[in-house]
Amino acid sequence: MKHLKTPLGDEILDLKAGDVVTLSGTVYTARDEAHMRIQEEGFPFNPDGAVIYHCGPVISDNRIVVAGPTTSARMNKLTGFMLDAGVRGLIGKGGMSAQVRNELKGRAVYFAFTGGCANLAAACMTLTGVHYKDLGMAEAVWEIKLDKLPLTVAMDAHGGDLFAVVDEHAHEVFQGMYPTSTTEI
Amino acid sequence: MSGSGDPALLQKISDATYNAVRNSEIYLPDDVKDRLLCARNTESSPVAKQELENILENIRLAEERLAPLCQDTGIPVIYVTIPPGLSWTREMEEAVHAGIRAATTKVPLRPNLVDPLSRENTGTNTGLMMPPVHVTTGERFTITALPKGAGSENVSRIRMMNPSEKDRIVKFVVETMLKAGGRPCPPVILGVGIGGTFDVAASLAKEALLEPVSCMSSYEQDICDKVNLLGIGPMGLGGDTTCLAVKVKTAGCHTASLPVAVNIQCWAARRASEEVII
Repeated sequence: MKHLKTPLGDEILDLKAGDVVTLSGTVYTARDEAHMRIQEEGFPFNPDGAVIYHCGPVISDNRIVVAGPTTSARMNKLTGFMLDAGVRGLIGKGGMSAQVRNELKGRAVYFAFTGGCANLAAACMTLTGVHYKDLGMAEAVWEIKLDKLPLTVAMDAHGGDLFAVVDEHAHEVFQGMYPTSTTEI
Repeated sequence: MSGSGDPALLQKISDATYNAVRNSEIYLPDDVKDRLLCARNTESSPVAKQELENILENIRLAEERLAPLCQDTGIPVIYVTIPPGLSWTREMEEAVHAGIRAATTKVPLRPNLVDPLSRENTGTNTGLMMPPVHVTTGERFTITALPKGAGSENVSRIRMMNPSEKDRIVKFVVETMLKAGGRPCPPVILGVGIGGTFDVAASLAKEALLEPVSCMSSYEQDICDKVNLLGIGPMGLGGDTTCLAVKVKTAGCHTASLPVAVNIQCWAARRASEEVII
């Protein structure tokens, strides 16, 4: 298993969809609102080699209570500018669009973190800072230090996409199971 | 036996609801844990195995940290059984909601309940005729909480089939999971309601999720095997384990109808019961 550290560099170009890795170092949470604010006003942190975590954590007394991943597809159209600015890693659940798959090419990867595993994530985390607190707890950008968060490379920097492969296979199996079906139930 | 308006009884109902909701959010039922352990041991894909390891470790940590299993603490759907000699009252329903409000503050739970159109959050997980409280008669006075998150609820389906399409029910269930893919946070449990009316089929599908997943009928096992052949795997990353169990409930229906509902449940299949001692 590879152990990655932020800021990420060209080592991510060696990763392949399906690799299981751990990630340590600083990540920044960002959901829909934070993406839009950054796009308008610029980055409140150095984006070079940075990792974005699609997550709306529950924070209490400057402590991370739970911090599982949210559905990344909502950020499909808000990701290109981040990669252009130097972001080299995204973490979330459910995968992203074919457009993002292309935008990742040659420069960045998408990691899947297990949906619902909000405690496992929190147990690997230390809160180190916050930006855009006015957006509310879920939408603010929380700066978090990770200690070996277990991740799967789901979309690599060469067009590899585990979700797309699995989805295509599932449709083939379904067609094989019900070959005569012409109309959807 | 105390009367139904007795303040002490209402407090007991509120306390039992609080305990049922709290325990359901923190501790996954043993039968679900067993299915996840079994899946981890038999899974052949290394990626899927790692996902299942993460899930099992998350379950352990929730118990250790006394924190909710998932940040989507859901809408707590409530099922009550009430013994002979007592009748259900509006005060009792209000006591159930008071228990949910207490759990929201103390566990704590994420406030998830909003007005459907203005999207304004009530802040308490109660109000606007929610959460639903389903009451049936039974031997004992029990309160069961089934917190339901949005990820799996949003990809659930219902269809009014023709009676001649009886043989296509299984296909409809498998297709529901094909369309859902990794979105409902698999491995899932599928609650299937067959028959009744439009609304009853959906209720049956959700009630099926209260059933233990330690055993399946041959009909349920057949659907489960077919879903697992899709290879969607934990979180949609591929693998042998897409579905932990299928539970089917049926009811009579109109001779011209065949309602079928599929309620998808994520791996965090939370449910807990508490007895109200009277």
